[in-house]
Amino acid sequence: MRTAVALAILVLTGSGGDISVAYAMKRLGEIRSFSPAVILRFLGRAFREAWMWIGILQLALAFGALLALLSWNAVSFVIPAAALSYVTGAFGGKYFLGEQLTPLRWAGVCLVSAGVALVCLG
Amino acid sequence: MTPAKTPPAKTLVLMVLLVILSSAGNLFFSVGMKHIGPLQGWSMDVLQSAFAAVFASTWIWLGIISMLLFLAAFMLILSWADFSYVLPATAFMYAVIPLLAHFVLGEKVTGRHWIGIVLISVGVMFVGQTPSNTTKKD
Repeated sequence: MRTAVALAILVLTGSGGDISVAYAMKRLGEIRSFSPAVILRFLGRAFREAWMWIGILQLALAFGALLALLSWNAVSFVIPAAALSYVTGAFGGKYFLGEQLTPLRWAGVCLVSAGVALVCLG
Repeated sequence: MTPAKTPPAKTLVLMVLLVILSSAGNLFFSVGMKHIGPLQGWSMDVLQSAFAAVFASTWIWLGIISMLLFLAAFMLILSWADFSYVLPATAFMYAVIPLLAHFVLGEKVTGRHWIGIVLISVGVMFVGQTPSNTTKKD
């Protein structure tokens, strides 16, 4: 039971954290110049976005859940199970960020998720 | 629906950087921790000396720098590209790491690894065929 709860926290807060970071970056708009000064200013602005910190908080929770899972289970179970976050991340992209997921992109996401699980099972 | 087209050069460059930095970061951490060796217990003394060894390791610092650069590149690319486009590409690291571990560290790559590497590569190729930005208004 505790493994299922920690896995749910890992997958949901991991995806939620990434999506919050993505949302914060989208709010800033596309970076146009890649000079070091512009990049540093841009990243500095990103850390003044509330969504960035909401994302970091969720990612910290996901990291805690990952450590707990690793202390209870074999890594060969934890990482393949966590590969589910590629699918939940794609759902988040569609429903929270308004991205269009074509059947081809869904197929790619599912293949990647299965591939990561297989590689980690070893 | 937005028609598929070749992603901008900056997207390709940053995607390649993401994969290189995450793979290198994990490889550096792995080499660093192998040099340090397993923890010999959980007492405060053991943990303190382990922390000291971790932060004295050049490999660990190379890993930390790689991961910080990865985070910066991830944030930059998300300012214009879809999250659902970038995320699968970062998983390409799981295909690169076993290959690097095989050729650099001499670790064994099993049949299941190879099937996984092929699935990840085909999956990333599929996602790469879709538009990198489906939310752009202009």
